[in-house]
Amino acid sequence: MKPGNRNLQRLWGPGLAVVILALLATFPLYASAYGIILVTDILMFVILALSWALFSAPTGYISLAPAAFFGVGIYTSAILGRQLPLPLVVFLGGLISFSLALLVGALTLRLRGIYFAMFTFGLVELIKHFWLWYEIKFTGTRGRFVVVVDQRTIYLIMFTIFVLLLLTTYLIRRSRLGLALRSIGECEEAAAHIGVNVNALKTVTFALSAIFMGAAGSVIAARWTYVDPYIAFNPLYSFMAVLMAIFGGIGNPYGPILGAVIFAYLEEVLLTRFPYYYMLIFGTVLIITVLYLPEGLIGLIMKIRKRLAGGQDALA
Amino acid sequence: MTKILLEVLITGLLLGGLYALISVGLSLQYGVARILNISHGEFIMLGAMTTWTLYTGLGINPLVSLAICGPLALASGFLIHKTLFRRLLASSASPAIFESNSMLAAFGLMFILQNIALIIWRADTRAYSYLSIPVHFLGTLFGANRLLTFGITMVIGLAFYLFLSLTRTGKAIRAAAQDPATAGLMGVNINHMLALCFGLGAAMAAVAGVLISMCYSVNAVMGLEYTVIAIIVVVLGGLGSIPGSFLGGFILGLVGSVVTFLEPGLALVAYYVIFIILLLIRPTGLLGR
Amino acid sequence: MPLLEGKGVTRYFGGLAAVQNVDFHVDQGEIVGLIGPNGAGKTTLFNLISGALAPQSGEIRFKGEKITGLKPHVICKKGIARTFQLVRIFPNMSVLENVLMGVLFGKSDGHGMGPALEEAEKWLDFVGLSAMKGLPARSLTLVNQKRLEVARALATGPELLLLDELMAGLNPTEVAQAMELVSRIWEQGITVFMVEHVMKAIMGVCNRIMVLHHGEKIAEGTPQEIATSRTVIEVYLGE
Repeated sequence: MKPGNRNLQRLWGPGLAVVILALLATFPLYASAYGIILVTDILMFVILALSWALFSAPTGYISLAPAAFFGVGIYTSAILGRQLPLPLVVFLGGLISFSLALLVGALTLRLRGIYFAMFTFGLVELIKHFWLWYEIKFTGTRGRFVVVVDQRTIYLIMFTIFVLLLLTTYLIRRSRLGLALRSIGECEEAAAHIGVNVNALKTVTFALSAIFMGAAGSVIAARWTYVDPYIAFNPLYSFMAVLMAIFGGIGNPYGPILGAVIFAYLEEVLLTRFPYYYMLIFGTVLIITVLYLPEGLIGLIMKIRKRLAGGQDALA
Repeated sequence: MTKILLEVLITGLLLGGLYALISVGLSLQYGVARILNISHGEFIMLGAMTTWTLYTGLGINPLVSLAICGPLALASGFLIHKTLFRRLLASSASPAIFESNSMLAAFGLMFILQNIALIIWRADTRAYSYLSIPVHFLGTLFGANRLLTFGITMVIGLAFYLFLSLTRTGKAIRAAAQDPATAGLMGVNINHMLALCFGLGAAMAAVAGVLISMCYSVNAVMGLEYTVIAIIVVVLGGLGSIPGSFLGGFILGLVGSVVTFLEPGLALVAYYVIFIILLLIRPTGLLGR
Repeated sequence: MPLLEGKGVTRYFGGLAAVQNVDFHVDQGEIVGLIGPNGAGKTTLFNLISGALAPQSGEIRFKGEKITGLKPHVICKKGIARTFQLVRIFPNMSVLENVLMGVLFGKSDGHGMGPALEEAEKWLDFVGLSAMKGLPARSLTLVNQKRLEVARALATGPELLLLDELMAGLNPTEVAQAMELVSRIWEQGITVFMVEHVMKAIMGVCNRIMVLHHGEKIAEGTPQEIATSRTVIEVYLGE
């Protein structure tokens, strides 16, 4: 391959990314109302999947808590949305999720991964039960009405959260924190013995990932008009985050993004045509992915590219 | 005063019996097959919903449903392990990876089963009345169905205990729970053992579901809560300890009864508080290694 | 003052005493061997020193400072590094990255990436793995993986290096090379405390040997004294 071609090849990826981001940033200017709503939803799922992967991908600790933090964000919006402007509410949603995740992490991440998985699995159910009890007992209502905000603002805030998450993912990957997280995933005991403060780093990264989940919840709640504990704390969102990230491929930040785009769009399509079947399909996809596609779609694409490139090099 | 105490105590034991049954099933699956089956609650749900359909649709006595749902679940669980988890075991590079992968697969299974239930039964809550005749017991009134449920739970528990202690298969299971590798070396057909344990776990869940449907209302999304409770019980009893799960079930049942009496709706929160305390001071649980 | 000192160190697993009331010390500049039959508690003792486990009673001091119960990453930064009985490298990271990790995280002072990479390459060269620096660590042979683990441990800048069965699984040539590596490490001014089963290596390299049996220290002395000690011979023959 000629050297000039190689440089062009390297710019291809980032170049495309910049173009896509620019298109997304200006989206409200030229898209239809339906388009804005659809892309907001897709971005929401991308945020859930990518932030899940931020912690769980390098360390191998499977978190089943995205729905819990997402729900916390939703309720922050429901409760504070009347008094405070949406951007502040979103920030607070992220902050409260961060604090909760810090507590959960400090408690469970010093133990074996299975305890972390078990605790995070039940977390969404716990918060749902607690919140239901609290609302009925102290507020007298089961659900709340949320202050509605226009779709454009919701989209722009969601897009901002996405960009911040993308930036965070990129920075962590290239930093020492990223190396440390990978070492924890490869061999935690060895990592600890060469000076990595495994518990602190795990907890902080986990809490960091929760910020984005909470923020996404806070902003999307402004569209849902009515929430109650059953709507807000729904394990489906944990499932979707995990499915999207793993199907897309966790070895690469593009994986969760790809997976999220595919499944968010599929959900939109299937929800209208086969409302009672789409979970069945998604569940089956997760199982098939775990069995036969451990590297995810991205991994498969890279394998194919390598095979093709190998053929090319043989000819050169 | 003592009347109330007695009522709370006995309700706690009834609840505890159910919890013990559910959790022993999960403990079998994790302790031996090393699978954290987070779809466990869905087997409970399927047992419950099937019983409802059989009773209200075909007039089949719930006690007969025990004999239908149990073996059906055993076979299903056995098959699911042979096809899905066996393959995962072969493709996982290490036990830690298998633990993660099997949990993820179970997560997928959870949504598949829940969706199937939603297709068949929609989201409505169902209930039926069976033996809800009040009976005098130790000075207080209880539904006959609850007492019957407790009795059956105890019979199943005893039967299972005898199975584990006296039969060859039972002893093989205990050996595999202690040390799967060595058990394999000693001639235990480990693949059959793992699938059997998974199936037994599913059977216990389904049977618990049948019993639950006799006493409570049921719906297609009831599974998650029971899975969470089963997980807490298993941690309380000690990961990998089957007697521990049995004990833990009763403790949690009593706690649940007391808390529900004082403040209805907070039972699960109380269980989680116990979970947190366990993780803080004794993650290995009461009888865990 | 000894570099490393332990008094009454005890650790039980369930009802079994893995390490029972063991006193030990390692002075700076020594190469101390730790031997004993399988299950004697040698690796457990290393785990107690490195912070992987906490003793249930007893005290361990490093350079006079109490380190009992501290976390492994803290103990590493204080100057103790170790290798593991079953090699624990980072399999999917490159050989160079493995050692780089040691440089970046093992020392208390901050490191620019440039100097860190240089230092990592230096240690790779020290153990003779420079040629393989770009390969994924999992593709190395066992003996090279062990070398890598040593390089990574050395990269953390330790004053004391704990080697857990470095020679296990090595053929006689490789054992000789490993012995030579240990000598070169010692020449760098690093104190070595090593668990070994390969008697030739222990006798040849160590200036003092400790013997554990059923969690208790049953003998201590020079290689000559240990080789001729009746207690030790009985313990090994009796197995």
